[in-house]
Amino acid sequence: MCIEATAITPAQLVAEVTKIKAEGYRFVTMSSVELDEKNMEVLYHFDRDLKLKNLRVQVEKGGKLPSISGVVFAAFLVENEIRDQFALSFDGLVLDYQGKLYNETVQTAASSPFCKYAVSKKEAN
Amino acid sequence: MARTVIPFGPQHPVLPEPIHLSLVVEDEKVVEALPTLGYVHRGLEMLAVKRDYNQMIQIVERVCGICSMIHSLCYCQGIEEMMGIEVPRRAKMLRVVWSELHRLHSHLLWLGLFADSFGFESLFMQLWKIRERVMDLNEATTGNRVIVSVNVVGGVRADLDESQIRWIKDTLVEVEASIKSLQSTIMNDSTVCKRTVGVGVLTKQAAYDLGAAGPMLRGSGVAQDMRQLKYAGFDEIAFEPIVETAGDCWARSTVRFRESLQSIDLVRQALDKLDGSELAVKVKGKPEGEVITRVEQPRGECLYYLKGNGTNNLERVRIRTPTFANIPPLAAILPGLDFADVPVVVLSIDPCISCTER
Repeated sequence: MCIEATAITPAQLVAEVTKIKAEGYRFVTMSSVELDEKNMEVLYHFDRDLKLKNLRVQVEKGGKLPSISGVVFAAFLVENEIRDQFALSFDGLVLDYQGKLYNETVQTAASSPFCKYAVSKKEAN
Repeated sequence: MARTVIPFGPQHPVLPEPIHLSLVVEDEKVVEALPTLGYVHRGLEMLAVKRDYNQMIQIVERVCGICSMIHSLCYCQGIEEMMGIEVPRRAKMLRVVWSELHRLHSHLLWLGLFADSFGFESLFMQLWKIRERVMDLNEATTGNRVIVSVNVVGGVRADLDESQIRWIKDTLVEVEASIKSLQSTIMNDSTVCKRTVGVGVLTKQAAYDLGAAGPMLRGSGVAQDMRQLKYAGFDEIAFEPIVETAGDCWARSTVRFRESLQSIDLVRQALDKLDGSELAVKVKGKPEGEVITRVEQPRGECLYYLKGNGTNNLERVRIRTPTFANIPPLAAILPGLDFADVPVVVLSIDPCISCTER
């Protein structure tokens, strides 16, 4: 069982999303899926009157896709999330967190003076 | 005029969970708002490759405590669709009962927190007192107050006997009367109206274009609710989405208030339709393929994308929660507001950071 999704190339993406938006669809979200060691795919989900329309774009891991956030602003958050989690870059993001949406470079337990702990092996008698 | 950046959160009196907003203000007016997430991100989606598809039910229930039952419902119905499992009618109706009890206690929790955000402490306490009655129903019928763990792939694991059904109906009569007694305060009281009417307006078009979900969408006049998809037992239940058109904090609050009363009606309808069928069917095989499944949580549309490969472990579990969808609309309505209105407007989206930080 596979979901109904139109396969398109990265070059077609922005034009296709612009067309879908003009048809009255609402952006729902994107799903990123690893396919194999080299490739992954990104699914774009849109809704109109409770019916989903999906686009499927295949891209190399660590590669780059055009951002759709210029067409649908709501996509900026999920594109930043995919960048954080799957190291996929997006060209033309309207709000670019530079891979720091999830704030991990700021929050580390080791940098807190109150959270230092270590585990040591019990010495044999 | 000089601009000042004021940090809002991650710890703030109106935020039960951490989210940060960098608010750029000119005098008392917000001119820019930039959200930052990640203070409690857990990476639960990635556990799918380590836990088998049955264990994942317990994981997805912990995406969010307040709507835990609806997360597992969404996940289970996705797996059931993938494996071609037809759930017994009684199980479908029981899923409606517990999911609407969850919506009811979630909305009462939020209405209380919302009252608290503008200093209406007595209203907050009244609402949470009523909510306790709903929590009692959850505890008595499932063994737990919050994470009720009733869903399994193929049905449910708990049942209701005649005396429990009678007790739920009797309790809901009292809960309904208590909620209605607060209606004029929540909708008409001058203290409430001064802080909510005309504040944080999201137009119908903006709500749609920005991908808003749930009461945030319906409070702006868009009649969309995933229960219209007729999942679980909703195919046999009379249901119409509740809509308000003002698009302000008052409208979002009113949608949730009216939905609380609607949930009581939906529970009653589902209880009346319980038949003598089984609670669950036996599951054979392993999930293979991909599905998208959607449900309506208290905060709005929740989407699960699931991909299985015929083994015990799923290849991918992707969860789009409603608060995640409501952050871009929030970032869009904050500019132009008085700084003092920010806490009320932030709370008006019913932010669930636990959901957002899966």
